[in-house]
Amino acid sequence: MSVRSKVIEAIQQIAKEQHVTLPALSDDLSLHETGFDSLAFAILVARLEDETGVDPFTISEDAAFPATVGDFVRAYENVPA
Amino acid sequence: MSPREIFALRDHLGAELKGRTISDAHDVVSLTDILSHTVLGGRLHELSGRAVLLKLSDQLRSGLAMIELDGIARRMLLCPPDLNPAHLDTLIADAGIDAVVTDEPDRRTETGVSLVVAAHLPLQAAAPAKTERATEWLMLTSGTSGVPKIAGHSLEALTGAIVAEGPARGPAPVWATFYDIRRYGGLQIFLRAILSGGSMVLSDPHEALAAHVARLNARGVSHISGTPSHWRKLLMSGSAAQFAPRYVRLSGEIADQAVLDGLKAAFPNSSVGHAYASTEAGVGFAVNDGLEGFPADYLGNRNGVEMKVVDGSLRIRSARTAHAYVGRNAAALTDADGFVDSGDIVELRGDRYYFVGRRGGIINIGGLKVHPEEIEAVINRHPDVRMSRAKSRKSPITGGIVVADVILTEGTDPARAKEIRDQILEQCRAQLTSHKVPAVIRFVETLDVTPAGKLARTDA
Repeated sequence: MSVRSKVIEAIQQIAKEQHVTLPALSDDLSLHETGFDSLAFAILVARLEDETGVDPFTISEDAAFPATVGDFVRAYENVPA
Repeated sequence: MSPREIFALRDHLGAELKGRTISDAHDVVSLTDILSHTVLGGRLHELSGRAVLLKLSDQLRSGLAMIELDGIARRMLLCPPDLNPAHLDTLIADAGIDAVVTDEPDRRTETGVSLVVAAHLPLQAAAPAKTERATEWLMLTSGTSGVPKIAGHSLEALTGAIVAEGPARGPAPVWATFYDIRRYGGLQIFLRAILSGGSMVLSDPHEALAAHVARLNARGVSHISGTPSHWRKLLMSGSAAQFAPRYVRLSGEIADQAVLDGLKAAFPNSSVGHAYASTEAGVGFAVNDGLEGFPADYLGNRNGVEMKVVDGSLRIRSARTAHAYVGRNAAALTDADGFVDSGDIVELRGDRYYFVGRRGGIINIGGLKVHPEEIEAVINRHPDVRMSRAKSRKSPITGGIVVADVILTEGTDPARAKEIRDQILEQCRAQLTSHKVPAVIRFVETLDVTPAGKLARTDA
């Protein structure tokens, strides 16, 4: 499974658990517009760390948290293996 | 002259009750004629009036030495098996130790205490000793990472709850415990066995659970105690089916409804009760209605135990509490009114109080305080869960999140893991505020339990 589909699947799973209705997940969708609160993002980052072995937002101190879904996915795609 | 008679352990033992024994995995010792025997090589008189460190590698000789020393020594300090040797010098100084009872006499010369008495089996015949004084019992607190605190007790305080309950009905009980008898929870059971006219079967840390249960059966154990973690391990082991005690007791950790129901199902003909006790606060109460928590009307003065809740934590004043912490820089054990703050946080729901966790065990989740035990109690309610542990994990987004490690009940189909995970999360969301719902649930085979029988939380 590609990194992108792992990320998208985790977002959809958490949305289901949190009873959040997601809009269509396009790359330029702002993360604010997903309907996720900070707790939902914290869950997402923790689960992706367990699945992929990386947490791109803790590795680098100056990493800005992404603004869009596309940025978020790329943060995982761009982690050196 | 003392205005009232002093009772020591020897005064509860006599030759009139036949067939009483204390045993471990290797030896069986008769309690019936114990008063005319010695485990100390006949050197008890040398320990009269002394402050004795009891540092033995096994429980059997420890118990036999306690019987001999009580009423003779001025005080005795019980060393649990997992005591960090680096703390020994401090404890010896704080307790004013001037004699050591040990099974490793060569090693004990390192302590700088000149009087060293060896304890060994088999017992030797000796003239019975007479009680001279009320010996002070010193017990070490568990659960702290630094030097443990020394809590001072009298035999009267230690046996207050046992005397208040009165003798057990029916045949003399055969007691056992998963605890070590050099800890408060285990010592209570040892004392019950002595005072009740019954027998005692000791645990052995090197024995597999199935072999332990076989030994409990072979010795006819009727009454047995342990922590909820001990009991969950027994339920997981599959060995419970061969065992049918009359009385099952839990203490030392929160007994949640899941473990109480699990034990009732495993032992349908037993009475299952949970007791509240600690090294400092002594035995507070026992709950025998099969429900977690305790009735709200236990607060106030009940059978000589006064309880109140201040700032959420349970406070206890009674003749069963320790009387002081012992040592040069010892903190006060009680407040100005004589109440011990247990540090156990309780919550009133309806007409019952429920234990939600330890004050010192709070985890911080994004600035909000969370008791891991409260989350575990909800997870454990799932019928396929045997045991769980909640802890915090750092999060770059919120600072911290809750994660949970879960052991499924024996025989659960691994293919159902995802379905069970979703059900646990659903259950948590229905019963807990959102920041307490685990972000991640991991299924594990084992969870660490400390030597004191409690779920290990050091890495929380």
